[in-house]
Amino acid sequence: MGQTLFEKIWDKHVVKTIDGGPSVFYIDTHFIHEVTSPQAFAGLNKRGIKVFRPQQVVATADHNVPTLNQHLPIKEELSRLQVEALKKNCAEHGIELYGLGHPFQGIVHVIGPELGITQPGMTIVCGDSHTSTHGAFGNIAFGIGTSEVEMVLATQCLMQSKPKLMRISIDGKLNKGVVSKDIVLYILSQITASGATGYAVEFAGSAIRSLSMEARMTICNMSIEMGARCGMIAPDEITFGYIKGRKFAPAGAEWDKKLAYWKTLYSDADAVFDKEINIKAEDIEPMITYGTNPGMGIGVSGHVPALNEVDEKEKPSFEKSLAYMGLQPGANIKGKKVDYVFIGSCTNSRIEDLRMVAGFVKGKHKADDVEVWIVPGSKQVEKQAIEEGIDKIFAAAGFILRQPGCSACLGMNEDKIPAGKYCISTSNRNFEGRQGPNARTFLASPLTAALAAITGEVGDIREYYSKSELVNN
Amino acid sequence: MSKQISIIRSTAVPLNMENVDTDQIIPARFLKATSREGFGKNLFRDWRYENDDETKPKRDFSLNKPAYRGSILVAAKNFGCGSSREHAAWAIKDGGFDVVVSSFFADIFKNNALNNFLLPVTVSEDFLQKLFAAIEQNPATEIEVNLPEQYISIVSSGEKESFDINNYKKTCLLNGYDDIDYLLSIKEEISNYEKEHVI
Ligand code: SF4
Repeated sequence: MGQTLFEKIWDKHVVKTIDGGPSVFYIDTHFIHEVTSPQAFAGLNKRGIKVFRPQQVVATADHNVPTLNQHLPIKEELSRLQVEALKKNCAEHGIELYGLGHPFQGIVHVIGPELGITQPGMTIVCGDSHTSTHGAFGNIAFGIGTSEVEMVLATQCLMQSKPKLMRISIDGKLNKGVVSKDIVLYILSQITASGATGYAVEFAGSAIRSLSMEARMTICNMSIEMGARCGMIAPDEITFGYIKGRKFAPAGAEWDKKLAYWKTLYSDADAVFDKEINIKAEDIEPMITYGTNPGMGIGVSGHVPALNEVDEKEKPSFEKSLAYMGLQPGANIKGKKVDYVFIGSCTNSRIEDLRMVAGFVKGKHKADDVEVWIVPGSKQVEKQAIEEGIDKIFAAAGFILRQPGCSACLGMNEDKIPAGKYCISTSNRNFEGRQGPNARTFLASPLTAALAAITGEVGDIREYYSKSELVNN
Repeated sequence: MSKQISIIRSTAVPLNMENVDTDQIIPARFLKATSREGFGKNLFRDWRYENDDETKPKRDFSLNKPAYRGSILVAAKNFGCGSSREHAAWAIKDGGFDVVVSSFFADIFKNNALNNFLLPVTVSEDFLQKLFAAIEQNPATEIEVNLPEQYISIVSSGEKESFDINNYKKTCLLNGYDDIDYLLSIKEEISNYEKEHVI
């Protein structure tokens, strides 16, 4: 019997298996950031041990950094202390840090791929659930808690049990105006926010194969929102083309050797999955969430479920969620006013996302009563946006291009959406209070968000663009 | 923090809500500490207080009801989804709980809980509803969680259900061992593995 992509990588990383228990699982690359690492370093210090393989650890500051005036000291004391603790810990343990002011600084899941650190066949972890993003390159990448960060720092290993395997295939051609964020929001609306718990998910099918790396990352990024241990896509020419020539990518003979190995990384034709889901690309329309978990999504032309469409058992959470969002059961979502537009986060802050937004808003201006924040995923994305003149398009549209960080994705810094306000956001979570206490979040694609920025309300992008203006991605 | 877990007998606090995510358990703005202690104070912060004001507890939130006490938290389906932040497990443990019961846990949360000697007990949807009913009817209902024999029971009625936990984790909890203690003890094997392994 053939093997799945997951199994091929898993098998290579098992150091040993405990009888009737988990496996000792080896980690190739470990990303760390300021929020989930301090207690792990404190643990090492308490034990009097050093980081085991510092050259396999890469650090950045992203979660609570300010996105304006990054050259100034961080005003918020606790944030500053965390960023300083990271600096000190990295220096003490010999870890490379791309901190504030470094040309490589940015959201951890944006910088790994863009620097060529993220490669097929690896195992990658980080104390952040969206580590699943890296799986777009055909590796096993997942988020871990701080105790596990400590384990990996101390031994480069974790105790892991093998998850079940699921394949989600999306075949066919995407409709115009439908981008990768819509695909993943659609999957979530079909299988719910816990539909893949306990599974490693491989995304496959012709619609996935047609996507760029940036777009694939958006999908794997949100696999954690289905509860999946990790999300992955088999590497192909698009993957290899993206990696080649990047800062830490292999080169020369090393490249040829790696490439030959990477080409073996796919699920064999006779590999067996514990669960298979098939989706037709044609069924997907531009999506938006109306509730307080990412599984509560609908097509923009649809309506919030009516009470009689909701399972009896789910009614209490459904009603609580709508009360929080200030929405009525059965209401249309189209035409709903928004106050803020946030384009950013590790889901949609890459150069391709910014290009997509710029392509649509060029020559247009934002609605008067809407505030638009654009937060690039990294210093490199920011630099490229400026080189391409995208910053000027944004400025002319009345948008603010801020500096890289997680920003309003989780509102740990000062970028918070005020209580009661509606924000259409390209991030990945619409939980209560995620973007600030009592903030209300609609998750959508960069295109749908850009449209809302111009009109001030939720709209259907398909009605707006003329044939060539938008590229599917 | 009590590191060993064996048999726990206690009243319980019900939280009958599905999809409780880690942002609710501990909102992101409280993640700025650099130590593991003190998160219990902000457990379920935004559900507990009106407008973030500690002098205005929300009366209908179960953790605020004086009738509900104990070291067992009984929660509805898909508990702990969302972020990988271990602060959620710290906050629950620091808030005085040793056990969380649900019919379904998010993966990362479950691992984080186990790493902090907070025992996640997965029960059937049926048994979960029985627990909620028993606690709501009489908040003084005692629940027993027996790790050595792997069952959970409602003491007064004797109704019980067994639960799964892998042997390795069970041994860790019963003896108060960490994964990290174990991994450090096999460092040589790890180094040997590395010699054969190319990244
Ligand atoms: S952008 Fe949001 S989801 Fe991504 S790493 Fe930062 S906080 Fe996590």
